[in-house]
Amino acid sequence: MLDGRSQIKRRAGLRLWLSAGWLVLLVLVALLAPMIAPKNPLEQDLFAGRLPPFWVSGADPSFLLGTDSLGRDVLSRILHGARLALTVALVSGLATCLVGATLGLMAGYLRGWVDVVISRLIDIWMAFPPVLFSILLIAVIGPGLGSIILAIVIIDWTRFARVVRAEAMAQGAMDYVASARIAGRGRLGIMLREILPNVLPTIVVLLTLEMGIAVIVEAILSFVNLSISTDDPTWGGMIAEGRASIHQAWWVLVFPLITLFFTVLSFSQLGEGLKDRFDPVLR
Amino acid sequence: MIVLRALLSRLVMTAITLFGVAVIVFVTIRVVPGNPIAMMLPPGATPEDVANLTALYGLDKTIAEQFLIWGQGVLAGDFGTSITTRQPVLDLVLGRLPATLELSIMALVMAMLIGGVAALTGTRLRGTRTEGGIDIANGMALSVPDFLWGLILILLFGVLAPIFHISGRITPSLDLPFVTNFYLFESLLRLRFDLWADIVSHMFLPALALAIPLSAIIGQLLKQSLKETMHLDYITLARTKGYGENHIILREALRNAILPTLTLVGVQFTFLIGGTVIIERLFSYEGLGNMAIDAVINRDLPLIQGIVILFAVIFTGVNLIVDLTYALLNPRLRHA
Repeated sequence: MLDGRSQIKRRAGLRLWLSAGWLVLLVLVALLAPMIAPKNPLEQDLFAGRLPPFWVSGADPSFLLGTDSLGRDVLSRILHGARLALTVALVSGLATCLVGATLGLMAGYLRGWVDVVISRLIDIWMAFPPVLFSILLIAVIGPGLGSIILAIVIIDWTRFARVVRAEAMAQGAMDYVASARIAGRGRLGIMLREILPNVLPTIVVLLTLEMGIAVIVEAILSFVNLSISTDDPTWGGMIAEGRASIHQAWWVLVFPLITLFFTVLSFSQLGEGLKDRFDPVLR
Repeated sequence: MIVLRALLSRLVMTAITLFGVAVIVFVTIRVVPGNPIAMMLPPGATPEDVANLTALYGLDKTIAEQFLIWGQGVLAGDFGTSITTRQPVLDLVLGRLPATLELSIMALVMAMLIGGVAALTGTRLRGTRTEGGIDIANGMALSVPDFLWGLILILLFGVLAPIFHISGRITPSLDLPFVTNFYLFESLLRLRFDLWADIVSHMFLPALALAIPLSAIIGQLLKQSLKETMHLDYITLARTKGYGENHIILREALRNAILPTLTLVGVQFTFLIGGTVIIERLFSYEGLGNMAIDAVINRDLPLIQGIVILFAVIFTGVNLIVDLTYALLNPRLRHA
């Protein structure tokens, strides 16, 4: 029994470090992109279109991972794309968390009509297909970084609200909350000082998972050509181009796809790893 | 009595949800910049032409008036006319629905098969390296969404080893004798196995992409509840009776462990249906989701409304059915 537990712990630790490592690397890449990218990610060179990566014959070694149909350097575009991906992950993740957790906390602790209204809204939101909803919202508010972040917040707040509401409800029924009330703490004080700290581990796990989801949503919107402008390097935009020219130039799809895959995997494994860390039974 | 009252309140809640969805879509898409009427007319149209057409689609009235007119139509089974194709929205949407339903159900079946086999194998070989391997594969399948699995499958089985088709629903040059749009189902009924094979070859990869994340959820949950069941007394009893491990897992434990998994599958199935939107786009599969994205791009307001409402009806309908089935299967609720 003890053995199995330490094994789980060790495996979870490795998972946590690997995913955190990849994300730290990505942050460094995003910060240093202009310095480490070998080429200008926007520079087109129609004579160097669809060059394969360096190990394939016919490659130009100065384009390490090859070029797309307009002759732009795939590696440089991936490195620069990390900036947008991480910005979306961080900003929309935090904003979604703030909105969703606040509403969930209010619904779960205050109950009454506040809970009725918020729960009804959650039900309505759950009846929307999320991808279609996001595409519709971008069509309404127009493309651009701000719109993407806003769309993610509008769609995904329910992820936090649902879970936090349930947890706040469970915490609100506990003795320590009752004694805080008797001690004369106000409702806002109880929510922020008593309940929030106990729900925080769950919120942190959800936030990590949400960042991974945000990266995917941005990629999907770029894929249907609704994200930023088509020139700016985004992983989703590169994937869309790669999907279209898949039989002529597989590398345009493969490299951004691998990057996106490990990024999403890392966010989600980090979340799962943190969940185990916070779990008092495993700890 | 209690069941009946619960059912009624569920139905009322569902109606409120659908009404909310309708209001939100209706208002949202009317804020969309870009005039759909201007896109319909040839260059050189006079201002009167524009005004006439705007009036024809009722776009000159206030949003509240438009909603009332639209709502009356919907209750009478009329969802309006598509602006781009000028066909009734209901016909268009129902024409595409079978494609999406077939894809979703095929994906659901695949997810249950993969998840079930993974859970049973993991339970049978617990404590071995194989179980560890299954757990890791499960974790990965769970972490990465259908969109990325779709792209990976396209690369592996569409390009690297071109076994399956990666776009469309059927090879366009084939002669189709179908009277319904349930191609997969009808080709089987007509015993046209050549067509059936072609359709399956088109559907396999998108269905698998949708199935992978769900199969991981099913596998994880089923394995967990099998694990709990294996510690129960009646399993120990079966063991002392001398039954083999395979018999115990398949015949004794599975029956008890499967119920909690099944209730979860219902909710997850709605997420899977939501995933068809982008997966259909990725595989150029002519279903509802693909049509929805086109409708948004073309600013086809009546069509967008119709599709979103239909999705909402499917989602709430699936949830309703799951709750009812659970109530019927659960003896404590049935006899209350």
